Amino acid sequence: MKDNLSEILKGHKADYIEIRLEKNTHTGINYEGKELEEISQPVSSGGSVRALVKGGWGFVSFNDTNALRDKVELAVSQATIVGKEDSHIASLEPIVDTVLPDSNMDPTKLSLSMKKALLDEYNAIIWGTPKIQTSTLSYSDGRKDVIFANSEGSYIEQSRVGINLRVSVIARDGTEIQQAGLSLGSSGDFTEIQNLHEQVQEVSQRAVELLAAPRDKGGEYTVVLDPVLAGVFVHEAFGHLSESDFLYEDDRLKELMVLGRTFGKKHLNIIDDPTLPKLRGSYKYDDEGTRSHKSYLVREGVLVGRLHSRETAAKMNEPVSGNARTIGYRHPPIVRMSNTLIEPGDVSFKDMIADTKDGLYVKDWYGGTTAMEMFTFSAREAYRIRNGKIEELLRPVVLSGNVFTTLQNIDAIGDDLHMNQGGGCGKGGQFPLPVSDGSPHIRIQKCLVGGG
Amino acid sequence: MSSTEMRQQIDDLLSLAKKKADHAEVYLTLYEETPVLFEANRLKQLHTTQGNSVALRIIREGRIGFATSTDLTELDGLIDRAVAVSEFGAEAKFELPSQSPYPPVEVYSPEVDTITMNEMVGLGDQMLSQVREHTPEIMCEATVTKSTVSQHLANSRGGEFQYKKSTFAIGIEGMIVNDTDMLFVGEMEASCRPIRQVHNVTDRVITQLENAKQLATISGGNLPVLFTPTGVASALTTPLCAAFNGRVVVHGASPLQDRIGSQAFNQALSIYDDATLDYCPRGRPCDDEGIASRRTPLIEAGVVKNFLYDLQTAGMAGQESTGSGSRGGGLPSPRTSAIIIEPGDVTFDDVVADMKDGLVVEQLMGASQTNVLGGDFSGNVLLGYKVENGKLVGRVKDVVVSGNIHELLAGSVTICRERRWLGGTMYIPAFYFPQVGVASKA
Repeated sequence: MKDNLSEILKGHKADYIEIRLEKNTHTGINYEGKELEEISQPVSSGGSVRALVKGGWGFVSFNDTNALRDKVELAVSQATIVGKEDSHIASLEPIVDTVLPDSNMDPTKLSLSMKKALLDEYNAIIWGTPKIQTSTLSYSDGRKDVIFANSEGSYIEQSRVGINLRVSVIARDGTEIQQAGLSLGSSGDFTEIQNLHEQVQEVSQRAVELLAAPRDKGGEYTVVLDPVLAGVFVHEAFGHLSESDFLYEDDRLKELMVLGRTFGKKHLNIIDDPTLPKLRGSYKYDDEGTRSHKSYLVREGVLVGRLHSRETAAKMNEPVSGNARTIGYRHPPIVRMSNTLIEPGDVSFKDMIADTKDGLYVKDWYGGTTAMEMFTFSAREAYRIRNGKIEELLRPVVLSGNVFTTLQNIDAIGDDLHMNQGGGCGKGGQFPLPVSDGSPHIRIQKCLVGGG
Repeated sequence: MSSTEMRQQIDDLLSLAKKKADHAEVYLTLYEETPVLFEANRLKQLHTTQGNSVALRIIREGRIGFATSTDLTELDGLIDRAVAVSEFGAEAKFELPSQSPYPPVEVYSPEVDTITMNEMVGLGDQMLSQVREHTPEIMCEATVTKSTVSQHLANSRGGEFQYKKSTFAIGIEGMIVNDTDMLFVGEMEASCRPIRQVHNVTDRVITQLENAKQLATISGGNLPVLFTPTGVASALTTPLCAAFNGRVVVHGASPLQDRIGSQAFNQALSIYDDATLDYCPRGRPCDDEGIASRRTPLIEAGVVKNFLYDLQTAGMAGQESTGSGSRGGGLPSPRTSAIIIEPGDVTFDDVVADMKDGLVVEQLMGASQTNVLGGDFSGNVLLGYKVENGKLVGRVKDVVVSGNIHELLAGSVTICRERRWLGGTMYIPAFYFPQVGVASKA
């Protein structure tokens, strides 16, 4: 295959060309209520070619991988129509390597009946809880085998395995509907979703408790975020702003996001690190064949780095970071996060709560979204804090922030880092990309909270 | 692959599958999409995406088996996988439909195939130059996309369909950075026919830029809020559509459960789901299971009329399918077609003029990332304006708007006269509520 692709990549009038060939196998099991609703094992295969000519890109994606040379020519001709300037792409030494999945209990090797048996156990717990109206359990695992080759001589075979489990429990009282849930992922270790019985029980009970929970008034609050929600917070509040593709051609934004600008207090350190072992956002090479490494984004409150593709790195004259990623052969790689986290500080969770007179303790996530300056992140669980004590459960709340003030308003960072593996990131029509994010407990002053 | 070859492929698969299952259905799609992408105010990328997939659904010993593949030639593997999962599959609550007549719904325009890359680049250039002429410092991304999808279905009870759909879409998003302030504007339009005029899109963007020129502050509380059509789409339609989804209904998770025929909403409200509109991207002669398309009243004068079902959920509910079965890679599931909301009789400008102090919401960000099943929405005002004494006085920011649609739409609401098509998927007016929860930094 290597020689074949290298032959196909020869003899084109382009500054750079890459080919990606991909094979995916997948298992999905969904329960709606007590019954299994959908079970399937789809397979897909396909590929893409991306070409760069005078600063313009052509991209061709296909299922039929025959006549690859024609597809390369199409991508080059498209790039030629676009290209009117000079190409800038960070130079890299060619890499030849094979990366196999590193999984403890590979789900793609387990039987359907074993997976179903585990889901049946969880469903039995949910349905053993009084006042449950219905539930959704969705499990998926999959393996992705990718061959990457480029016109500079790189040839990389990488395979990865992933697991996702989402549990949503719905309680009802008349026209009142409330839901609670759980979202977990793993980079291919089935044992990580095997012992969730207690958590499923808690989630089921909470859905019922929410029926009687009061709504809180919107406004500004002191909020303590659990590590899961704080992970979503750092991803939305700062992670996306570190992705260079939104600013590399915009002088005003470059000025605004200049390295050295202060975004937080001394205790704030934010990193993106695809080299952390066994997380969903981990990889050895990104989808442009760049070796991954740890990047500091914020160090002691100051912007010190950002995430790059080869093109954004070259255009901004900064080092490559290995963050060009695609969800698959249908899309070209764009600048994305991997495993993004706030490094732990030294405040214990106990002290953080004890030191909060009046506020909200918010946990777990529904979602998060960003428009660079402003962002939202929503909590599945919210509790009132009064005089240093966590009190009653409230309806779920949506929190909103502004990157130029909210990070500055973080006044306590816990000592209890935890990575959340349940999320999938969406950007530019590419969703879901496996990422993880994490943080210790953090406290934010004056955070804007919508009414529950 | 030619149409005849495809037909042959489907027939082969169907007859092989029938040997191992009681009933079988084959659904095959081929598509090609060509987006032209502008970034940082200039042409940056051209894409071509060609794809195909085949889905096999079987009913074996009363249970559903399902498998998909992108390899149209590897039929035995597909059948084996569908049979293997049918052992665990859900009980089939329906019969596959036999052949039936479909309404004529035009969704293919051969002109889309013939429009050239140069013409598409030209449309993008026009959008950029019109918006930049108004606001030179704006940084824009623009897309012009054409696509064609060809869908074929055949089942073992003689049901079959084959149709082609073309889509053409243009859109522009702009950002203005002013020190630490960022303003986002944007608009898009889609049709099954080529769009040759860009001014619908660019005029809207220019109006947004005009309205957003000044910054204004608003204090929180329960305030009058006017949602523009895009504001309605970003805040209200997701929880509303969830409540009418047959899948949600059969599991008892819709607040409208058991409310068919009752006055659950203000009588000004009438909403239809319509799959029969010509050249509408959500139009089609039949759904993805071969059930004829129709116009389904969801709410008429505030009374709940129907929920949307596919075959399986209709079977579970003891109802008929509403032709709402849609596929996104997996088994069919109920989904809305075009959402049509009947207009009121007051103009948007008159509503604004009558507002003493309040808020106009053009775009709410992240509004559906909460308990949408219960009808809640809560999001940050990505684009919205303060109203003071009946006039728009400037853009607000750091503001969160929250509410519950079942409460708001049952109470006092004024629906405006003008309607707008949003991305070819909704045709809706602006909605005014006298009291909505607003939280603000100010």
